[in-house]
Amino acid sequence: MEALFALAIGVLTGSGVWLLLRPRTFQVIVGLALLSYAVNLFIFGMGRLVVGRAPIVAPGMVADAAQMADPVPQALVLTAIVIGFATTALLLVVLLAARGLTGTDHVDGRESG
Amino acid sequence: MSAWFAHLPVVPIVVPLAAAAVILFLTERARVLRVAVASVSIVVQLAAAVALLALTTEAFPDIWSQGVGAYAIGGWPAPFGIVLVIDRLTGLMLVLNAVVTLAAFVNSLAYWDRVGPHFHALLQLLSMGVNGAFLTGDLFNLFVFFEILLAASYGLLLHGSNTQRVRIGLHYIVVNLTGSLLLLVGVSLIYGVTGTLNLADLPARAAALSIADRTLFDAAAAILAVAFLTKAGCWPLNFWLPGTYAAASAPVAAVFAVLTKVGIYALLRLGSLIGSADALAHLDGSALLRPDLFRGGLYYLGIATMGFGIVGTLAAQQLSRLVGYSVIVSSGLLLMVMGLDHPPLLAPALFYLVGSVLATGAFFMLTGMTERAWRSPPKPASAAAEPALLPAGGYVPYGVRRAPPVPEQDAEVGVAIPAAMAFMGLMFAFCVLLVTGSPPLSGFIAKFAILSAAIHAAQGAPWATAAWMLVFVTLAAGLASLIALTRIGMRLFWSVTGRNTPRLRVLEAGPVAMLVLMCIGLTVAAGPVMRFFESTAASLRSPQIYIETVLATEGSR
Repeated sequence: MEALFALAIGVLTGSGVWLLLRPRTFQVIVGLALLSYAVNLFIFGMGRLVVGRAPIVAPGMVADAAQMADPVPQALVLTAIVIGFATTALLLVVLLAARGLTGTDHVDGRESG
Repeated sequence: MSAWFAHLPVVPIVVPLAAAAVILFLTERARVLRVAVASVSIVVQLAAAVALLALTTEAFPDIWSQGVGAYAIGGWPAPFGIVLVIDRLTGLMLVLNAVVTLAAFVNSLAYWDRVGPHFHALLQLLSMGVNGAFLTGDLFNLFVFFEILLAASYGLLLHGSNTQRVRIGLHYIVVNLTGSLLLLVGVSLIYGVTGTLNLADLPARAAALSIADRTLFDAAAAILAVAFLTKAGCWPLNFWLPGTYAAASAPVAAVFAVLTKVGIYALLRLGSLIGSADALAHLDGSALLRPDLFRGGLYYLGIATMGFGIVGTLAAQQLSRLVGYSVIVSSGLLLMVMGLDHPPLLAPALFYLVGSVLATGAFFMLTGMTERAWRSPPKPASAAAEPALLPAGGYVPYGVRRAPPVPEQDAEVGVAIPAAMAFMGLMFAFCVLLVTGSPPLSGFIAKFAILSAAIHAAQGAPWATAAWMLVFVTLAAGLASLIALTRIGMRLFWSVTGRNTPRLRVLEAGPVAMLVLMCIGLTVAAGPVMRFFESTAASLRSPQIYIETVLATEGSR
């Protein structure tokens, strides 16, 4: 599972960086989205990958931290997703405004060459 | 300790948040009400910041005994709960932010707050994010507050959007989003390795790491540093900075002068705390992170940043870009000083930081005025004046049917000050003296103190060359900006063609004068101020008090 997980993060990051360096604003925003998926997976992975150990203490159960997934990265990743979503939405608006004002979807606001 | 004092640290975050929410509920037409709410909020923030700063000094020894106070949000004890920590450096930065925000706020009332929606709400949120980033004692909240201040800064940069601002804004947002992702990677990696996010809990845990984990921790710290250096405007991560600052409207550029220092603050704080982890690690003989390498890296990055800033200063044709490059130069000098890691240099560097923020803030606002004076002669009563406003439809999504009327920038409203050209010339001269570090103002005192400490350190130290290099580069930067500013000043003030004297309102001229007067105040009171900075630097060098105070925080549960 770890290898697959690492591979997924790697592929997302690689594609994200490549798209981020492209000249069209739409490519840049998709690249940023992929990068943020990669980072979210990374944060999640920092809590160690475990299966079937929800961090919930049922009534009458003895809480044992070793038998539970770490809840902190899950909280972090939720926050990061919300913030990433909001900033991506904001960037989309700016992208549309730039397209409207400059008449091109090049990141520099004019075609190169 | 009375209950009132205990809740003071949270005021600089809660008040602007509440003010921003209230302002959003008021319509664009209720401008007087919005301005009233915003001004009350800013005055309260300033008062709270000054009170917090005062409480950390020796003047009130019984409140926070050793100059550090911690506030447990939600009542959970550290390191499990989230804490706000106030020490001298934090208090200092809070006051600095409140002062610059106040100046920019008053300056914006003359014109800029009306060219687009929600200026005041965004300014409040920016202030909240900056205050939170200074106050937080927790790595993840540092990220959250960075995001808040960045999101607000995106809105402010685009305020009064024209083509230039939108184009630059796109770059600015993409660069900062990428930086934030790096910040997240660093934060989560540190959590994954040490199992804590609390800054005070970090040093002990980092010192206890195994060799393999320690390497990961060092990598995480380096990734974090890249994110902070991007914000601080360090070469080669600063190509976004001059264009952004030049494109922003004058009051916005003035508050942006504080933003680069948030990155510097984060580096100072983390350097102070993680540096203490190295000391611990050295003690048990397992020193792995080579602080000399990290610090040396900062030093060389600082030199490169200053070199970039000097070349940019000499090449800049517009005053606003030039001031942007001088922000870069000041960041570079601070990075060099941090890289040298020589204790006596720290206090002068803090003095320099405060003086340069005030000076560049004033300079950016002054730049807004000069740009008006030398704009091509105003076309009669058209909207040719600066901002190509959003079309009226742009307001509809915000629940406003019609864009509120925006007066011409030179319209005959408000109280104008006499002798506008003389005022601008005088303020320009003051700003040049402050930014270049020429005598007799505070810029000179700061640079003189840095140079004196560096030359003193160079006597016989093994890194004498590095100290002499600092002296040389600092002087070269001062000379370069003096040349560039003199050239632009001659073109602006001594050429008579193409100039039209603007009407300067008290509202826009006042804040510039206020910031310059504060710099003069720093000059006059240099002795006591420098002693305060020395105590601040001393507390940064001995983070044990910070760590113990935070970890001793009791929750109320």
